[in-house]
Amino acid sequence: MELKTKILAEDNKQEIVITREFDLPVELLFTAYIEPEIVEQWMGTKVLKLDCKKHGSYQFVTTDPKGNQHGFNGTIHEFVPNQKITRTFEMENTPFPVQLEYLAFEKITDNTSKLTMHIIYKSITDRDNMLKLPFAQGINMAHNRLQDIFNKLK
Amino acid sequence: MVASQSMTAGAIASNFDTARPTVSKHLQILTECKLLQQEQNGREIYYHINAKKMKEVADFIEPFSKIWDDRFNKLESVMKTYKSKK
Repeated sequence: MELKTKILAEDNKQEIVITREFDLPVELLFTAYIEPEIVEQWMGTKVLKLDCKKHGSYQFVTTDPKGNQHGFNGTIHEFVPNQKITRTFEMENTPFPVQLEYLAFEKITDNTSKLTMHIIYKSITDRDNMLKLPFAQGINMAHNRLQDIFNKLK
Repeated sequence: MVASQSMTAGAIASNFDTARPTVSKHLQILTECKLLQQEQNGREIYYHINAKKMKEVADFIEPFSKIWDDRFNKLESVMKTYKSKK
């Protein structure tokens, strides 16, 4: 099945562009990014801080199924309601450097909207590692499951 | 093209308006990346697709896309509930 989310990741570039059209008015799409309790619902994270304004910042913490906590934070550089958010994103306690994110919100019709996320990484390698992360985690999970099965067989 | 049958460089090039050396260069690169495989048949070299490798390239970014798609699907459903509550 084709995904509604498109990822453009050209070779040898330190950026990606994620686009997605929503069955939502642009105001509702934007609200999903600024209301802490809503962010918590769709991101599956706990919002410690979300100060949506120029020079504002945010801090999230996510608990994985094993109970480990992962912190995320960033600074907001530009904030124009229903139009754009420019911010940094950092995964705490990981080797991944801070990335820069340009979020553009657009109205398509009264009931549909489009989000374009332009993400810039410190290097091409950092970008590729970030893209590979879920793939690597998937393989890891498969390996762990195999290990579990083998352990049960012993 | 090469997915359904093995083809020679000449046969592949005849499908494009591009100059033959350009096509050869592309074939060479795709072969180096192991996306195409060469097979010697007498004096001719036949090219065919390495389906496994092609799939690998396509799959590589797929889990990343899937995570974002799931996340945005969630956003959409959360906001639809939010709207109807208002």
